[in-house]
Amino acid sequence: MPLLPDEILRRLSDRFGDKVRPGKSPGSGQVIALVAREHIRPILAHLRDDPELAFDFLVDVTAVDHLQLELPEMEGHRFAVVYILRSLRRNHIFEVKARVPEDDPVIPSVQDLWKSALWGEREAHDMYGIEFEGNPDMRRLLMPEDYPGFPLRKDYPLRGRGERDAFPQYRPPRISAGSGEAKETAP
Amino acid sequence: MSEATGTKGERGLSPIEFEDLRRGHAQDPSYRGEHPEPRFFVTDEEVDEFGGKRMALNLGPQHPATHGTLRVMLELEGEKIASADTEIGYLHTGFEKSAEHMTYHQWITLTDRMNYMSAINNNVGYAIAVEELLGIEVPRRAQVLRVILCEITRIADHILCLGLQGMDMGAFSLMLWAFERRERIYDIIEAVTGARLTTSYTRIGGLFRDVPPDFPEMARTFGRDFPRFLDELEGMTIGNRIFEDRLRGTGRISPEDAVSWGLTGPILRACGVAYDVRKAKPYSGYERYDFDVPVREEGDSWGRYLQRIAEVRQSLRIIEQALGDLPDGPVNIDNKKIVLPEKGEVFDNIESLIHHFKLIMFGHGITPARGGEVYSATEAPNGELGFYIVSDGDMVPYKVRVRPPSLYNYAIFPKLIIGAMISDAVAVLSSLNIIAGELDR
Repeated sequence: MPLLPDEILRRLSDRFGDKVRPGKSPGSGQVIALVAREHIRPILAHLRDDPELAFDFLVDVTAVDHLQLELPEMEGHRFAVVYILRSLRRNHIFEVKARVPEDDPVIPSVQDLWKSALWGEREAHDMYGIEFEGNPDMRRLLMPEDYPGFPLRKDYPLRGRGERDAFPQYRPPRISAGSGEAKETAP
Repeated sequence: MSEATGTKGERGLSPIEFEDLRRGHAQDPSYRGEHPEPRFFVTDEEVDEFGGKRMALNLGPQHPATHGTLRVMLELEGEKIASADTEIGYLHTGFEKSAEHMTYHQWITLTDRMNYMSAINNNVGYAIAVEELLGIEVPRRAQVLRVILCEITRIADHILCLGLQGMDMGAFSLMLWAFERRERIYDIIEAVTGARLTTSYTRIGGLFRDVPPDFPEMARTFGRDFPRFLDELEGMTIGNRIFEDRLRGTGRISPEDAVSWGLTGPILRACGVAYDVRKAKPYSGYERYDFDVPVREEGDSWGRYLQRIAEVRQSLRIIEQALGDLPDGPVNIDNKKIVLPEKGEVFDNIESLIHHFKLIMFGHGITPARGGEVYSATEAPNGELGFYIVSDGDMVPYKVRVRPPSLYNYAIFPKLIIGAMISDAVAVLSSLNIIAGELDR
């Protein structure tokens, strides 16, 4: 039988007390459990292993940069890491958010609980610069390996900071007429 | 004699050129290999040009078998794959960053470009997510039309995948047949949306316009003729010794792995897990239609091939039922702060003109509550397509995250091909149906 998100949140609060802060999105009414990053692993492991909750499927991992959207529940933290969970056996869905501060953007990885976290966390790392401690593969996923910025951070401008010009560029050699010999272009 | 030609002479055209090709622009005369060492599979002593035990091979980014720009880096022992790694991001376009600078309506055009094989599914998924965020529901006629068009597009996507699977296995005629059928489907989509590929058909709160009057007839004719094509497809492939032998047993995924790695769609259902968003959390009135969720136990490429054929048959069932209960009425909600007013009204009526102006210039009524957020999922042809949207009360979204099915479906790929042959890698890759546009966004 599927459980309603409110019921799941109540069970979490019963088990973990004030480590879980209930939240509800205005408009859509989506229920959110806000937790501190130290408690994220025990809480997610409980959600997965409890037979009544049985969240066996991690749908997505992403992050939100709250630089320009200060909400009281964020308590001054800049980043929120969002875990969207689904139970295929029980057919319910739930959202957990963990707060991460700007000066130390590190959070434990959950890739040993669900393998889908491997690439979800990798993309969050690529786009927001959050380190997932314990994920064996923290290379960049979409951006080039030597890219200096984190594009989805709110202080990163839409058109970039000129990284395109800073990359090593290939300039085609100028072919002088007649000789057929390639010469280097003047800088 | 310039220095550049000198170095070229030194290098010659020996296989050692391969070493330089990896380091950047080997054709550039001034090039000295100063480019930072690219991330590559295990290099070092083991990969010792062509004389050594193991050989490095790049499958892609430009390779016909990748159907897009994917790069698979293989390390081979003979023809066997000893280790594999993938690199993606060649089509990264920054859709999610663009979303933070466009109004809710403007971004619909970008959803077309994600899974360009089934653009309407993306349009519908995004529109439903924003509607959930606003707490509105579209009229019944729009819902039914969305269902019909989604299923038609799903068929187009599946048969293209089936045809390309045939092409990769050497059955080129299969691909041509599938393309010919897909053109017929695109004729319907063109009549409805005005475009064949980038449809942008949905609007927040409804649809771009109503369907033409002969649409039900077109869709019925299509539904009547299509099963014959499926029979032909099955006749060509099932029992075909070469085709079956190459697919059976390759890329086998266990149900536990499939759930843990986050696979969705036909790939998950071919592993024996009966999970479909249309059944688990119905949207757009899918609960009104009688259809099955086909499941196969094999979990290999052959299972995925048959799974897609079975799903096409279910889609035909849904289309037939949905055409039967297509109600009359408007296709947009009656809220001029969200939906553009009729053009005739804009010319005659000052209020409609103001609404039109405010919607186009300022985004106007589509301003979800500050701090509001939603995760909404729909079943795209490749699997669960999710949109996670956060609003700051402005006319542009604060954050849009797309949960593309291809991203999670592709993550497991290296695990599937290690220990297999190169030709198996091609078979497995095409059975996963990775669309690079939504993989990289």
